[in-house]
Amino acid sequence: MSTWAYTRLELLRTSRNVRFMFFSLGFPLLLYFLIAGPNRHEQSFGDTHIPIPLYFMVTLASFGTMTGMVTTGARIAFERTVGWTRQLRVTPLSAAGYFRAKLITAYSTAVITIVLVYSAGLVLGVSMPAGRWFAMTGLILVGLAPFAALGITLGHLLDSDAVGPAAGGTVSLLAFVSGTWFPIDSDSVLHLFAQWLPSYWLVQASHISLGGAAWGVRGWAVVIGWTAILTATAVAAFRRDTQRV
Amino acid sequence: MSAAVRLRELTKSYRQVQAVRRVDVSIARGETVALLGPNGAGKSTTIDMLLGLTPPDTGEVELLGRSPREAVDAGLVGAMLQVGDLVRDLTPRELLSTVASLYPEPLRVKDVIQLVGIEGVADRRTQKLSGGESQRVRFALALIGDPQVLVLDEPTAGMDVMSRNAFWLAVRRYAAQGRTVLFATHYLEEAEEFADRVVLMARGDVVADGATSEVRARVGHKTIRATLPGTDVESLLLLPSVLGAENRGSAVRMSTSDSDETLRALLAEYPDVRDIEVTGAGLEEAFLELTEAVPA
Repeated sequence: MSTWAYTRLELLRTSRNVRFMFFSLGFPLLLYFLIAGPNRHEQSFGDTHIPIPLYFMVTLASFGTMTGMVTTGARIAFERTVGWTRQLRVTPLSAAGYFRAKLITAYSTAVITIVLVYSAGLVLGVSMPAGRWFAMTGLILVGLAPFAALGITLGHLLDSDAVGPAAGGTVSLLAFVSGTWFPIDSDSVLHLFAQWLPSYWLVQASHISLGGAAWGVRGWAVVIGWTAILTATAVAAFRRDTQRV
Repeated sequence: MSAAVRLRELTKSYRQVQAVRRVDVSIARGETVALLGPNGAGKSTTIDMLLGLTPPDTGEVELLGRSPREAVDAGLVGAMLQVGDLVRDLTPRELLSTVASLYPEPLRVKDVIQLVGIEGVADRRTQKLSGGESQRVRFALALIGDPQVLVLDEPTAGMDVMSRNAFWLAVRRYAAQGRTVLFATHYLEEAEEFADRVVLMARGDVVADGATSEVRARVGHKTIRATLPGTDVESLLLLPSVLGAENRGSAVRMSTSDSDETLRALLAEYPDVRDIEVTGAGLEEAFLELTEAVPA
Protein backbone atom coordinates (compact mmCIF):
# COMPACT_ATOMS: atom_id res chain seq x y z
CA MET A 1 0.00 0.00 0.00
CA SER A 2 1.39 3.35 -0.92
CA THR A 3 0.65 6.38 1.17
CA TRP A 4 2.02 8.80 -1.40
CA ALA A 5 0.16 7.55 -4.44
CA TYR A 6 -2.72 9.92 -4.07
CA THR A 7 -0.39 12.89 -3.58
CA ARG A 8 1.38 11.98 -6.81
CA LEU A 9 -1.94 11.79 -8.61
CA GLU A 10 -3.02 15.22 -7.35
CA LEU A 11 0.28 16.79 -8.40
CA LEU A 12 0.01 15.22 -11.82
CA ARG A 13 -3.55 16.38 -12.23
CA THR A 14 -2.76 19.93 -11.14
CA SER A 15 0.25 20.22 -13.41
CA ARG A 16 -1.91 19.19 -16.36
CA ASN A 17 -4.48 21.86 -15.71
CA VAL A 18 -2.88 24.51 -17.88
CA ARG A 19 -5.50 27.19 -17.29
CA PHE A 20 -5.28 26.77 -13.55
CA MET A 21 -1.50 27.06 -13.65
CA PHE A 22 -1.58 29.99 -16.03
CA PHE A 23 -3.91 32.10 -13.92
CA SER A 24 -2.57 31.21 -10.51
CA LEU A 25 1.03 31.83 -11.57
CA GLY A 26 0.45 34.56 -14.12
CA PHE A 27 -1.72 37.01 -12.21
CA PRO A 28 0.65 37.76 -9.32
CA LEU A 29 3.44 38.39 -11.85
CA LEU A 30 1.35 40.67 -13.99
CA LEU A 31 0.14 42.67 -11.01
CA TYR A 32 3.67 42.92 -9.67
CA PHE A 33 5.05 44.48 -12.84
CA LEU A 34 2.06 46.81 -13.14
CA ILE A 35 2.35 48.11 -9.58
CA ALA A 36 6.05 47.98 -8.79
CA GLY A 37 7.43 48.54 -12.28
CA PRO A 38 6.68 52.28 -12.55
CA ASN A 39 7.89 52.93 -8.95
CA ARG A 40 10.91 50.69 -8.94
CA HIS A 41 13.30 53.41 -7.76
CA GLU A 42 11.25 54.33 -4.67
CA GLN A 43 13.48 53.33 -1.73
CA SER A 44 10.90 53.59 1.05
CA PHE A 45 7.23 52.75 0.59
CA GLY A 46 5.34 55.15 2.89
CA ASP A 47 7.38 55.27 6.08
CA THR A 48 8.29 51.56 6.04
CA HIS A 49 11.86 52.04 4.85
CA ILE A 50 11.19 49.14 2.50
CA PRO A 51 11.83 49.75 -1.21
CA ILE A 52 8.72 49.42 -3.38
CA PRO A 53 10.01 46.50 -5.52
CA LEU A 54 10.67 44.51 -2.34
CA TYR A 55 7.45 45.50 -0.59
CA PHE A 56 5.29 44.49 -3.52
CA MET A 57 7.34 41.43 -4.23
CA VAL A 58 6.36 40.14 -0.80
CA THR A 59 2.77 41.32 -0.96
CA LEU A 60 2.25 39.70 -4.36
CA ALA A 61 3.97 36.53 -3.30
CA SER A 62 1.64 36.58 -0.27
CA PHE A 63 -1.46 37.55 -2.19
CA GLY A 64 -0.76 35.09 -5.01
CA THR A 65 -0.05 32.17 -2.71
CA MET A 66 -2.94 33.03 -0.40
CA THR A 67 -5.24 33.02 -3.43
CA GLY A 68 -3.76 29.72 -4.55
CA MET A 69 -4.31 28.16 -1.14
CA VAL A 70 -7.92 29.24 -0.92
CA THR A 71 -8.51 28.15 -4.52
CA THR A 72 -7.86 24.61 -3.34
CA GLY A 73 -11.38 24.97 -1.96
CA ALA A 74 -12.83 25.48 -5.42
CA ARG A 75 -11.15 22.34 -6.65
CA ILE A 76 -12.46 20.37 -3.69
CA ALA A 77 -15.99 21.72 -4.17
CA PHE A 78 -15.85 20.61 -7.78
CA GLU A 79 -14.65 17.13 -6.85
CA ARG A 80 -17.53 16.87 -4.41
CA THR A 81 -20.05 17.98 -7.04
CA VAL A 82 -19.03 15.21 -9.40
CA GLY A 83 -19.05 12.66 -6.58
CA TRP A 84 -15.32 12.02 -6.60
CA THR A 85 -14.87 12.73 -2.90
CA ARG A 86 -17.47 10.13 -2.01
CA GLN A 87 -15.82 7.66 -4.35
CA LEU A 88 -12.54 8.19 -2.49
CA ARG A 89 -14.29 7.53 0.79
CA VAL A 90 -15.15 4.01 -0.25
CA THR A 91 -11.47 3.28 -0.83
CA PRO A 92 -8.91 2.72 1.94
CA LEU A 93 -7.46 6.23 1.37
CA SER A 94 -7.00 7.68 4.88
CA ALA A 95 -8.04 11.18 5.89
CA ALA A 96 -4.34 11.88 6.47
CA GLY A 97 -3.49 10.70 2.95
CA TYR A 98 -6.20 12.92 1.54
CA PHE A 99 -5.11 16.04 3.47
CA ARG A 100 -1.48 15.42 2.63
CA ALA A 101 -2.30 15.32 -1.07
CA LYS A 102 -4.26 18.57 -0.86
CA LEU A 103 -1.61 20.35 1.22
CA ILE A 104 1.38 19.26 -0.82
CA THR A 105 -0.33 20.20 -4.06
CA ALA A 106 -1.31 23.61 -2.73
CA TYR A 107 2.17 24.24 -1.33
CA SER A 108 3.84 23.16 -4.55
CA THR A 109 1.84 25.69 -6.50
CA ALA A 110 2.69 28.28 -3.83
CA VAL A 111 6.41 27.59 -4.10
CA ILE A 112 6.33 28.04 -7.87
CA THR A 113 4.44 31.32 -7.42
CA ILE A 114 7.02 32.52 -4.91
CA VAL A 115 9.96 31.62 -7.13
CA LEU A 116 8.39 33.43 -10.09
CA VAL A 117 7.60 36.56 -8.12
CA TYR A 118 11.10 36.56 -6.59
CA SER A 119 12.59 36.33 -10.07
CA ALA A 120 10.50 39.30 -11.09
CA GLY A 121 11.78 41.08 -7.96
CA LEU A 122 15.35 40.45 -9.00
CA VAL A 123 14.54 41.93 -12.39
CA LEU A 124 13.30 45.08 -10.65
CA GLY A 125 16.46 45.29 -8.55
CA VAL A 126 15.50 43.66 -5.25
CA SER A 127 18.56 42.54 -3.34
CA MET A 128 19.06 41.07 0.10
CA PRO A 129 21.57 38.82 1.85
CA ALA A 130 20.82 35.15 1.12
CA GLY A 131 19.91 34.45 4.77
CA ARG A 132 17.11 37.01 4.65
CA TRP A 133 15.68 35.55 1.46
CA PHE A 134 15.43 32.18 3.15
CA ALA A 135 14.07 33.54 6.42
CA MET A 136 11.44 35.52 4.52
CA THR A 137 10.41 32.54 2.42
CA GLY A 138 10.16 30.45 5.56
CA LEU A 139 7.82 32.98 7.15
CA ILE A 140 5.64 33.12 4.05
CA LEU A 141 5.36 29.33 3.94
CA VAL A 142 4.43 29.17 7.61
CA GLY A 143 2.04 32.10 7.23
CA LEU A 144 0.19 30.24 4.47
CA ALA A 145 -0.80 27.36 6.73
CA PRO A 146 -4.05 28.97 7.96
CA PHE A 147 -5.07 29.63 4.35
CA ALA A 148 -4.43 26.06 3.30
CA ALA A 149 -6.81 24.99 6.07
CA LEU A 150 -9.27 27.73 5.09
CA GLY A 151 -9.32 26.47 1.50
CA ILE A 152 -10.08 22.92 2.58
CA THR A 153 -12.80 24.16 4.94
CA LEU A 154 -14.52 26.23 2.26
CA GLY A 155 -14.27 23.38 -0.23
CA HIS A 156 -16.07 20.97 2.05
CA LEU A 157 -18.66 23.44 3.31
CA LEU A 158 -19.77 25.20 0.14
CA ASP A 159 -21.01 24.00 -3.20
CA SER A 160 -19.10 24.70 -6.38
CA ASP A 161 -21.25 27.75 -7.26
CA ALA A 162 -20.73 29.48 -3.94
CA VAL A 163 -17.09 28.66 -3.36
CA GLY A 164 -15.71 30.94 -6.11
CA PRO A 165 -17.23 34.17 -4.81
CA ALA A 166 -16.59 33.13 -1.21
CA ALA A 167 -12.91 32.40 -1.82
CA GLY A 168 -12.36 35.44 -4.05
CA GLY A 169 -14.19 37.75 -1.63
CA THR A 170 -12.36 36.46 1.41
CA VAL A 171 -8.96 36.90 -0.17
CA SER A 172 -9.72 40.39 -1.51
CA LEU A 173 -11.06 41.53 1.83
CA LEU A 174 -8.14 40.07 3.76
CA ALA A 175 -5.66 41.56 1.32
CA PHE A 176 -7.31 44.96 1.63
CA VAL A 177 -7.21 45.12 5.44
CA SER A 178 -3.82 43.47 5.79
CA GLY A 179 -1.56 45.99 4.15
CA THR A 180 -1.19 44.19 0.87
CA TRP A 181 -1.74 47.23 -1.32
CA PHE A 182 -0.61 49.97 1.07
CA PRO A 183 1.26 49.92 4.39
CA ILE A 184 -1.04 50.24 7.38
CA ASP A 185 -0.37 53.22 9.62
CA SER A 186 0.75 51.75 12.95
CA ASP A 187 -1.57 53.95 15.07
CA SER A 188 -4.69 53.47 12.96
CA VAL A 189 -7.80 51.54 14.02
CA LEU A 190 -7.23 49.26 11.06
CA HIS A 191 -3.83 48.33 12.46
CA LEU A 192 -5.38 47.24 15.77
CA PHE A 193 -7.75 44.99 13.89
CA ALA A 194 -5.33 43.76 11.24
CA GLN A 195 -2.83 42.48 13.77
CA TRP A 196 -5.25 39.69 14.63
CA LEU A 197 -5.34 38.44 11.06
CA PRO A 198 -2.90 35.87 9.67
CA SER A 199 -2.81 37.69 6.33
CA TYR A 200 -1.36 40.78 8.04
CA TRP A 201 1.60 38.73 9.27
CA LEU A 202 2.05 37.13 5.90
CA VAL A 203 2.56 40.58 4.39
CA GLN A 204 4.77 41.58 7.34
CA ALA A 205 7.30 38.97 6.21
CA SER A 206 8.81 41.74 4.06
CA HIS A 207 10.12 43.36 7.25
CA ILE A 208 12.76 40.63 7.35
CA SER A 209 14.59 42.69 4.75
CA LEU A 210 15.23 45.38 7.38
CA GLY A 211 16.99 42.84 9.58
CA GLY A 212 15.68 41.33 12.78
CA ALA A 213 12.51 39.35 13.29
CA ALA A 214 9.43 40.26 11.30
CA TRP A 215 6.82 38.66 13.49
CA GLY A 216 7.50 38.74 17.20
CA VAL A 217 5.45 36.81 19.72
CA ARG A 218 2.12 38.20 18.64
CA GLY A 219 2.74 37.34 15.01
CA TRP A 220 3.58 33.74 15.77
CA ALA A 221 0.67 33.44 18.17
CA VAL A 222 -1.82 34.78 15.61
CA VAL A 223 -0.54 32.53 12.83
CA ILE A 224 -0.42 29.42 15.01
CA GLY A 225 -3.80 30.21 16.59
CA TRP A 226 -5.52 30.59 13.22
CA THR A 227 -3.83 27.49 11.89
CA ALA A 228 -5.15 25.50 14.83
CA ILE A 229 -8.69 26.88 14.53
CA LEU A 230 -8.93 26.48 10.76
CA THR A 231 -7.36 23.03 10.80
CA ALA A 232 -10.03 21.95 13.27
CA THR A 233 -12.77 23.37 11.04
CA ALA A 234 -11.23 21.73 7.96
CA VAL A 235 -11.18 18.33 9.65
CA ALA A 236 -14.73 18.79 10.95
CA ALA A 237 -15.97 19.93 7.52
CA PHE A 238 -14.30 16.96 5.86
CA ARG A 239 -15.75 14.51 8.37
CA ARG A 240 -19.35 15.64 8.14
CA ASP A 241 -19.28 16.07 4.37
CA THR A 242 -20.29 12.58 3.27
CA GLN A 243 -23.69 13.30 1.76
CA ARG A 244 -24.57 13.32 -1.88
CA VAL A 245 -24.19 16.85 -3.23
CA MET B 1 -18.21 -17.10 9.47
CA SER B 2 -19.89 -13.70 9.68
CA ALA B 3 -22.39 -12.61 7.05
CA ALA B 4 -21.16 -10.43 4.20
CA VAL B 5 -23.68 -7.74 5.04
CA ARG B 6 -25.87 -7.39 8.08
CA LEU B 7 -28.27 -4.47 8.41
CA ARG B 8 -30.15 -4.41 11.71
CA GLU B 9 -33.22 -2.24 12.20
CA LEU B 10 -31.79 0.61 10.16
CA THR B 11 -33.70 3.88 10.11
CA LYS B 12 -32.83 7.23 8.63
CA SER B 13 -34.84 10.42 8.35
CA TYR B 14 -34.10 13.62 6.51
CA ARG B 15 -36.08 16.40 8.17
CA GLN B 16 -39.71 15.24 7.92
CA VAL B 17 -39.10 12.40 5.50
CA GLN B 18 -38.41 8.91 6.71
CA ALA B 19 -36.07 7.72 3.99
CA VAL B 20 -35.46 4.31 5.50
CA ARG B 21 -37.49 2.59 8.22
CA ARG B 22 -36.48 -0.52 10.11
CA VAL B 23 -34.56 -2.16 7.31
CA ASP B 24 -33.37 -5.55 8.42
CA VAL B 25 -31.42 -7.52 5.84
CA SER B 26 -28.68 -10.07 6.05
CA ILE B 27 -26.67 -11.18 3.03
CA ALA B 28 -24.57 -14.33 3.09
CA ARG B 29 -21.14 -14.47 1.47
CA GLY B 30 -21.30 -15.35 -2.17
CA GLU B 31 -24.84 -14.12 -2.73
CA THR B 32 -25.80 -11.78 -5.55
CA VAL B 33 -28.62 -9.62 -4.30
CA ALA B 34 -30.68 -7.00 -6.09
CA LEU B 35 -32.00 -4.10 -4.08
CA LEU B 36 -35.02 -3.29 -6.16
CA GLY B 37 -37.45 -0.45 -5.89
CA PRO B 38 -38.77 2.69 -7.52
CA ASN B 39 -37.01 6.05 -7.12
CA GLY B 40 -37.33 7.34 -3.58
CA ALA B 41 -37.68 3.84 -2.13
CA GLY B 42 -34.64 4.37 0.10
CA LYS B 43 -32.19 2.22 -1.88
CA SER B 44 -29.41 4.79 -2.11
CA THR B 45 -29.80 5.85 1.51
CA THR B 46 -29.55 2.20 2.54
CA ILE B 47 -26.41 1.80 0.45
CA ASP B 48 -24.91 4.99 1.88
CA MET B 49 -25.43 3.61 5.39
CA LEU B 50 -24.07 0.25 4.35
CA LEU B 51 -20.85 1.90 3.15
CA GLY B 52 -20.54 4.17 6.16
CA LEU B 53 -21.16 7.33 4.13
CA THR B 54 -24.28 8.16 6.13
CA PRO B 55 -24.68 7.33 9.79
CA PRO B 56 -28.04 5.65 10.53
CA ASP B 57 -30.39 7.32 13.04
CA THR B 58 -30.84 3.97 14.71
CA GLY B 59 -29.73 0.47 13.93
CA GLU B 60 -26.46 -1.17 13.05
CA VAL B 61 -24.45 -2.05 9.99
CA GLU B 62 -21.92 -4.85 9.79
CA LEU B 63 -19.79 -5.61 6.78
CA LEU B 64 -17.96 -8.93 7.06
CA GLY B 65 -18.31 -8.69 10.82
CA ARG B 66 -16.82 -5.20 11.02
CA SER B 67 -18.03 -1.64 10.97
CA PRO B 68 -18.35 -0.19 7.45
CA ARG B 69 -15.37 2.10 8.02
CA GLU B 70 -13.16 -0.77 9.16
CA ALA B 71 -14.22 -2.91 6.22
CA VAL B 72 -13.54 -0.07 3.76
CA ASP B 73 -10.17 0.73 5.35
CA ALA B 74 -9.20 -2.92 5.17
CA GLY B 75 -9.91 -2.87 1.44
CA LEU B 76 -12.69 -5.47 1.66
CA VAL B 77 -15.27 -3.35 -0.12
CA GLY B 78 -15.55 -1.93 -3.62
CA ALA B 79 -18.35 0.40 -4.55
CA MET B 80 -19.78 2.18 -7.51
CA LEU B 81 -21.93 5.01 -6.25
CA GLN B 82 -24.98 6.37 -7.96
CA VAL B 83 -23.83 9.89 -8.74
CA GLY B 84 -20.30 9.95 -9.86
CA ASP B 85 -17.98 11.31 -12.42
CA LEU B 86 -14.26 11.05 -12.78
CA VAL B 87 -11.89 13.89 -12.03
CA ARG B 88 -10.48 15.40 -15.19
CA ASP B 89 -6.92 15.71 -16.54
CA LEU B 90 -6.06 12.10 -15.77
CA THR B 91 -6.29 8.84 -17.69
CA PRO B 92 -8.24 5.75 -16.60
CA ARG B 93 -4.95 3.88 -16.27
CA GLU B 94 -3.50 6.52 -13.92
CA LEU B 95 -6.66 6.57 -11.82
CA LEU B 96 -6.73 2.78 -11.62
CA SER B 97 -3.10 2.34 -10.69
CA THR B 98 -3.39 5.02 -8.00
CA VAL B 99 -6.53 3.53 -6.49
CA ALA B 100 -4.98 0.05 -6.80
CA SER B 101 -2.04 1.18 -4.69
CA LEU B 102 -4.43 2.07 -1.85
CA TYR B 103 -5.52 -1.57 -1.47
CA PRO B 104 -3.55 -4.35 0.20
CA GLU B 105 -4.02 -6.92 -2.58
CA PRO B 106 -5.28 -5.26 -5.73
CA LEU B 107 -5.91 -6.85 -9.09
CA ARG B 108 -3.56 -6.04 -11.91
CA VAL B 109 -4.49 -2.81 -13.66
CA LYS B 110 -4.23 -4.29 -17.13
CA ASP B 111 -6.46 -7.22 -16.17
CA VAL B 112 -9.18 -4.91 -14.89
CA ILE B 113 -8.90 -2.70 -17.96
CA GLN B 114 -9.50 -5.79 -20.03
CA LEU B 115 -12.26 -7.11 -17.81
CA VAL B 116 -14.38 -3.98 -18.14
CA GLY B 117 -13.44 -3.49 -21.78
CA ILE B 118 -11.74 -0.08 -21.78
CA GLU B 119 -8.50 -1.08 -23.53
CA GLY B 120 -9.15 1.48 -26.26
CA VAL B 121 -9.52 4.47 -23.95
CA ALA B 122 -7.24 3.54 -21.04
CA ASP B 123 -4.76 6.29 -21.91
CA ARG B 124 -7.20 8.98 -22.90
CA ARG B 125 -7.94 11.91 -20.59
CA THR B 126 -11.07 11.26 -18.53
CA GLN B 127 -12.85 14.38 -19.79
CA LYS B 128 -12.79 12.91 -23.29
CA LEU B 129 -14.61 9.67 -22.40
CA SER B 130 -18.22 9.00 -23.27
CA GLY B 131 -20.80 8.49 -20.53
CA GLY B 132 -20.74 4.72 -20.95
CA GLU B 133 -16.94 4.63 -20.91
CA SER B 134 -16.82 6.67 -17.70
CA GLN B 135 -19.30 4.27 -16.12
CA ARG B 136 -17.05 1.37 -17.01
CA VAL B 137 -14.04 3.13 -15.54
CA ARG B 138 -16.00 3.68 -12.35
CA PHE B 139 -16.86 0.01 -12.33
CA ALA B 140 -13.17 -0.77 -12.80
CA LEU B 141 -12.40 1.48 -9.81
CA ALA B 142 -14.84 -0.58 -7.72
CA LEU B 143 -13.19 -3.83 -8.82
CA ILE B 144 -9.53 -2.89 -8.71
CA GLY B 145 -9.07 -3.60 -4.99
CA ASP B 146 -10.31 -7.17 -5.48
CA PRO B 147 -12.98 -6.63 -2.81
CA GLN B 148 -14.93 -9.34 -1.02
CA VAL B 149 -18.10 -7.29 -1.22
CA LEU B 150 -19.03 -5.34 -4.33
CA VAL B 151 -21.72 -2.69 -3.96
CA LEU B 152 -23.21 -1.12 -7.06
CA ASP B 153 -25.79 1.65 -6.87
CA GLU B 154 -27.78 1.78 -10.13
CA PRO B 155 -24.68 0.78 -12.05
CA THR B 156 -26.14 0.66 -15.54
CA ALA B 157 -27.92 4.01 -15.53
CA GLY B 158 -26.65 5.82 -18.61
CA MET B 159 -25.08 2.76 -20.21
CA ASP B 160 -25.96 1.70 -23.73
CA VAL B 161 -27.00 -1.89 -24.45
CA MET B 162 -23.50 -3.02 -25.40
CA SER B 163 -21.94 -1.56 -22.28
CA ARG B 164 -24.71 -3.09 -20.23
CA ASN B 165 -24.10 -6.58 -21.53
CA ALA B 166 -20.36 -6.30 -21.05
CA PHE B 167 -20.96 -4.94 -17.58
CA TRP B 168 -23.18 -7.80 -16.43
CA LEU B 169 -20.83 -10.33 -17.90
CA ALA B 170 -18.04 -8.89 -15.77
CA VAL B 171 -20.26 -8.82 -12.66
CA ARG B 172 -21.18 -12.48 -13.22
CA ARG B 173 -17.56 -13.50 -13.57
CA TYR B 174 -16.80 -11.70 -10.37
CA ALA B 175 -19.70 -13.28 -8.49
CA ALA B 176 -18.64 -16.69 -9.80
CA GLN B 177 -15.45 -16.38 -7.71
CA GLY B 178 -17.59 -16.60 -4.59
CA ARG B 179 -17.73 -12.83 -4.00
CA THR B 180 -20.76 -11.03 -2.66
CA VAL B 181 -22.52 -8.58 -4.93
CA LEU B 182 -25.24 -6.16 -3.92
CA PHE B 183 -26.70 -3.95 -6.60
CA ALA B 184 -29.49 -1.40 -6.50
CA THR B 185 -31.65 -1.06 -9.54
CA HIS B 186 -35.05 -0.02 -10.68
CA TYR B 187 -34.79 -2.24 -13.73
CA LEU B 188 -36.87 -5.33 -13.02
CA GLU B 189 -35.22 -7.33 -15.79
CA GLU B 190 -31.82 -6.79 -14.22
CA ALA B 191 -32.98 -8.08 -10.86
CA GLU B 192 -34.76 -11.00 -12.46
CA GLU B 193 -31.84 -11.93 -14.66
CA PHE B 194 -28.77 -11.33 -12.52
CA ALA B 195 -29.73 -11.73 -8.87
CA ASP B 196 -30.16 -14.88 -6.78
CA ARG B 197 -32.25 -12.89 -4.43
CA VAL B 198 -34.35 -9.76 -4.51
CA VAL B 199 -34.85 -7.29 -1.69
CA LEU B 200 -37.76 -5.14 -2.72
CA MET B 201 -38.03 -1.70 -1.14
CA ALA B 202 -40.83 0.82 -1.22
CA ARG B 203 -41.03 4.10 0.71
CA GLY B 204 -38.19 3.14 2.97
CA ASP B 205 -39.50 -0.32 3.86
CA VAL B 206 -38.44 -3.75 2.75
CA VAL B 207 -41.70 -5.10 1.33
CA ALA B 208 -40.37 -8.41 0.07
CA ASP B 209 -37.16 -10.33 0.46
CA GLY B 210 -36.43 -13.70 -1.03
CA ALA B 211 -35.34 -15.68 -4.04
CA THR B 212 -36.43 -13.98 -7.24
CA SER B 213 -38.93 -16.75 -7.93
CA GLU B 214 -40.29 -16.55 -4.39
CA VAL B 215 -40.89 -12.85 -4.60
CA ARG B 216 -42.79 -13.40 -7.77
CA ALA B 217 -44.75 -16.25 -6.17
CA ARG B 218 -45.61 -14.13 -3.15
CA VAL B 219 -48.08 -12.47 -5.41
CA GLY B 220 -50.37 -15.40 -6.05
CA HIS B 221 -52.57 -13.34 -8.30
CA LYS B 222 -53.17 -14.25 -11.89
CA THR B 223 -54.56 -12.35 -14.78
CA ILE B 224 -57.34 -13.68 -16.99
CA ARG B 225 -57.78 -12.17 -20.42
CA ALA B 226 -60.66 -13.12 -22.70
CA THR B 227 -62.96 -11.92 -25.46
CA LEU B 228 -66.43 -11.36 -24.14
CA PRO B 229 -68.60 -8.81 -25.94
CA GLY B 230 -71.37 -6.93 -24.17
CA THR B 231 -70.40 -7.36 -20.54
CA ASP B 232 -69.93 -4.59 -18.01
CA VAL B 233 -67.22 -4.38 -15.38
CA GLU B 234 -69.72 -4.58 -12.51
CA SER B 235 -70.94 -8.04 -13.48
CA LEU B 236 -67.37 -9.29 -13.92
CA LEU B 237 -66.55 -8.11 -10.43
CA LEU B 238 -69.36 -10.35 -9.13
CA LEU B 239 -67.48 -13.46 -10.26
CA PRO B 240 -65.76 -15.33 -7.40
CA SER B 241 -62.21 -14.29 -6.38
CA VAL B 242 -62.06 -11.42 -8.85
CA LEU B 243 -60.11 -8.51 -7.43
CA GLY B 244 -60.26 -6.13 -10.33
CA ALA B 245 -61.66 -6.00 -13.83
CA GLU B 246 -61.69 -3.82 -16.90
CA ASN B 247 -63.06 -4.09 -20.40
CA ARG B 248 -61.98 -2.45 -23.61
CA GLY B 249 -64.59 -3.12 -26.27
CA SER B 250 -64.98 -6.85 -26.28
CA ALA B 251 -61.65 -7.58 -24.53
CA VAL B 252 -61.89 -8.10 -20.79
CA ARG B 253 -59.13 -8.39 -18.25
CA MET B 254 -59.51 -9.54 -14.65
CA SER B 255 -57.08 -10.10 -11.85
CA THR B 256 -57.98 -12.93 -9.53
CA SER B 257 -56.72 -14.50 -6.33
CA ASP B 258 -57.94 -17.94 -7.47
CA SER B 259 -57.95 -18.36 -11.22
CA ASP B 260 -59.48 -21.87 -11.18
CA GLU B 261 -62.54 -20.73 -9.29
CA THR B 262 -62.98 -17.62 -11.39
CA LEU B 263 -62.61 -19.58 -14.62
CA ARG B 264 -65.25 -22.16 -13.69
CA ALA B 265 -67.74 -19.46 -12.87
CA LEU B 266 -66.82 -17.46 -15.97
CA LEU B 267 -67.43 -20.43 -18.29
CA ALA B 268 -70.67 -21.34 -16.54
CA GLU B 269 -72.13 -17.85 -16.69
CA TYR B 270 -70.83 -16.73 -20.07
CA PRO B 271 -70.85 -19.74 -22.45
CA ASP B 272 -69.84 -17.50 -25.37
CA VAL B 273 -66.54 -16.40 -23.81
CA ARG B 274 -63.56 -16.97 -26.18
CA ASP B 275 -59.75 -16.66 -26.37
CA ILE B 276 -59.19 -17.25 -22.67
CA GLU B 277 -55.66 -16.63 -21.50
CA VAL B 278 -54.38 -17.02 -17.95
CA THR B 279 -51.01 -15.51 -16.97
CA GLY B 280 -49.09 -15.46 -13.73
CA ALA B 281 -47.75 -12.21 -12.36
CA GLY B 282 -44.21 -11.39 -13.48
CA LEU B 283 -41.82 -9.54 -11.26
CA GLU B 284 -43.27 -6.42 -12.78
CA GLU B 285 -46.72 -7.17 -11.37
CA ALA B 286 -45.23 -8.33 -8.06
CA PHE B 287 -43.35 -5.08 -7.95
CA LEU B 288 -46.39 -2.89 -8.55
CA GLU B 289 -48.54 -4.90 -6.21
CA LEU B 290 -46.10 -4.92 -3.34
CA THR B 291 -44.88 -1.37 -3.66
CA GLU B 292 -48.39 0.01 -3.83
CA ALA B 293 -49.65 -2.02 -0.89
CA VAL B 294 -47.64 0.04 1.58
CA PRO B 295 -49.61 2.85 3.15
CA ALA B 296 -48.07 6.26 2.58
